[in-house]
Amino acid sequence: MSRFGRARSSFAGNLSKVRSRIEIDETIWEDIEEALLFADVGVNTTDRLIAKVRQLSREEEVSELEDILSILRKEMTSSLESSSRKLNQESSPSVWLFVGVNGVGKTTTIGKIANQKKSLGQKVVLAAGDTFRAAAVEQLKQWAGLSESIVINGSEGADPSSVVFDAVEHAASKGAGLVLVDTAGRVHTKSNLMEELQKIRRVAEKGAGTVTETLLVLDATTGQNGLMQAKQFTEAAEVTGVVLTKLDGTSRGGIIFAIHEELGIPVKLIGVGEGIEDLFPFDPTEFVNALFD
Amino acid sequence: MFENLTSRFDGIIKKIRSKGLLGPEEIEEVLKEIRTALLDADVNLKVVRAFQEKIRVRALGEEVSGVLNPGQQIVKIVSEELTSILGGESVKITFAPKPPTVVMLAGLQGSGKTTTAAKLAKWFKGQGRNPLLVAADLARPAAVDQLRTLGSQVGVPVFSEMSDPIAVAESGLEEARRLGRDVVICDTAGRLTIDELMMKEIGEISEAISPHYTFLVVDAMIGQEAASIAETFHEAIEYDGIILTKLDGDARGGAALSIREVVGKPVTFASSGEKVEDFEIFHPDRLASRILGMGDIETLIEKAEETFEKEKSQAAMERMLEGTFTLDDFLDQLHQIRKMGPISNVMGMVPGVAQTGQQLDGEAEERRINRLEGIIQSMTSLERAKPEIIDGSRRARIAQGSGTQPAEISQIVKQFREMKKMMKKAPKGPKGRKSKKQKNRQKGGRTSNKGPIVPVKKGLSLPGLGEDVVKEKLKNLDLSDLDFS
Repeated sequence: MSRFGRARSSFAGNLSKVRSRIEIDETIWEDIEEALLFADVGVNTTDRLIAKVRQLSREEEVSELEDILSILRKEMTSSLESSSRKLNQESSPSVWLFVGVNGVGKTTTIGKIANQKKSLGQKVVLAAGDTFRAAAVEQLKQWAGLSESIVINGSEGADPSSVVFDAVEHAASKGAGLVLVDTAGRVHTKSNLMEELQKIRRVAEKGAGTVTETLLVLDATTGQNGLMQAKQFTEAAEVTGVVLTKLDGTSRGGIIFAIHEELGIPVKLIGVGEGIEDLFPFDPTEFVNALFD
Repeated sequence: MFENLTSRFDGIIKKIRSKGLLGPEEIEEVLKEIRTALLDADVNLKVVRAFQEKIRVRALGEEVSGVLNPGQQIVKIVSEELTSILGGESVKITFAPKPPTVVMLAGLQGSGKTTTAAKLAKWFKGQGRNPLLVAADLARPAAVDQLRTLGSQVGVPVFSEMSDPIAVAESGLEEARRLGRDVVICDTAGRLTIDELMMKEIGEISEAISPHYTFLVVDAMIGQEAASIAETFHEAIEYDGIILTKLDGDARGGAALSIREVVGKPVTFASSGEKVEDFEIFHPDRLASRILGMGDIETLIEKAEETFEKEKSQAAMERMLEGTFTLDDFLDQLHQIRKMGPISNVMGMVPGVAQTGQQLDGEAEERRINRLEGIIQSMTSLERAKPEIIDGSRRARIAQGSGTQPAEISQIVKQFREMKKMMKKAPKGPKGRKSKKQKNRQKGGRTSNKGPIVPVKKGLSLPGLGEDVVKEKLKNLDLSDLDFS
């Protein structure tokens, strides 16, 4: 059983249809295309992948189905390769911003990271920058309770950047090396909310803090809109990486291929469940293997 | 919402229109573009195929060959098929003869159930009901707190207890009976369809409270899996409809098409913002016309109907007819329009705006309107009534008062004068002006208890204003000619 849980990816389900074919002919490409499209890889990326794999299959004179699939697997893995997957925590305090649309799992992700850092003996301060959603602070506090981290929050409806400023000050005075900033979920088409993110960023660096990561939290069930989200959040807040959440379902976030290809933003972490340990570093080989098998 | 799909189709339609005659090759090309557009909109591939096939059969058949304008014919076919997939009729909510009417929400994590529960409670309140919210999501940290806060925002009591979800739901129902609440809305925990235990649990909650209406809450941003997720939930709880959330983003919401086609359940409500009032009954026929770039006139009229204050707009109309419409009236109208919701939401409903949607920034428009308001508010009442008296020194004063430039003032005055000219022309019928009563009789208008009389299906119209006036007004509403930059 992989980290992704018991669920078989829908992509693997669709590939089994391809694998059950008796005859291998031109229409095999249509079936592979179909499997990719069903996995939310998107029309453009699918077209590109198919063209590449066809070309390689011709060059290598490959005609067996499993060989074709193994070329596809390699191609998909290498398209996710990145040299900058390590999370930057070099400054003290380092500030990590968590951004994304509503309901993707930002607060949960922060809770998990706080717990992991705690178990490594690191001091972490959590900034409850989601002053908008009802009870977001309570949710963060419950997660913090599990990891015994400190939560800095303002009153409901308070300016989130002031909360972030206080959190950074607090971290600096207590010698905590990492500040995790929860932000309100926002639809990326609202420019005032995106401006607010820029302000949070600026204010976080006013004192001793340095923003070393801005992580876009993305739900694995997200379809083609994921690319728009990544584009707009990157414009507003210079996204340094993606946290792909809810990978324990059948959807496996096929949109990250397009995000990686078009924007060069690497996936850094994956969330695979509701438990506090269910957060792992992203590994392209493991990820693509879990897609195929 | 759905602007991207709309603009996509706009492109295709333009292509077809410019061709005039269509052969099988052109039709295949069109079908391919339709496929890409729908896949980009996250419509399930199977549904896309079925859709393509329907269009192909009809387009290659007699319907298109021999007609004068085959391009338009294809657009018509696409529109008809889209409407038919989206479901034709929408779900009508009726109330149980023996209250309370029980409503249950279910869905994946993060789809927006808790927020939707509060919005739904507000909606029922608006229908004159007394709902009770039941927080049966005991899994997510602070979900109960969230519902309590939202409940107090919308003025609806929230019931919960620390037991298990089934017991909470049952006690909630009893509590509603005890308190005499006539609607119960039960929020449940988000769950994955592959989690058998949790899927079994939602079935048990459903059995325990036998909801009159069950809704699956679906995020408009969801991808290809929407269809199978919707199927699995339907096996567990046989829901009645879908509530599509987060429509204020640019997600194209193709899931609405997929679910309608695969499970046969319509979208019942549409949720499009973070405020509790950004919630409305979903109209499939409207969505189809919206996808095709025809705008959503009826929603706009309905919103206007709710918001416009009858007397004010009637009085304004009288003055308009007399040609004595002032900048004060104009300011009033601006305020009314703003009540209809964020300008970007309103603009998306106006035909023609969807096509240029990419360049339109609702918030920028909002700022322009702010500026406009500032300018008018810096005028004396005499200036507002007779803008023609505004000379150089008055202009300088107004500019200083509103923090703008004198040139802007001139521009607005000019704009207003032109608008007034348009208004004078507009509402006259071929036989001269008619009284309001006559007009409504003629147009088959109906009386709503909520707002003014609205002509039915007569193109673009707002209460108290004639068609052309509104067109002009809405043109002014996007204020694209008022460039302050």
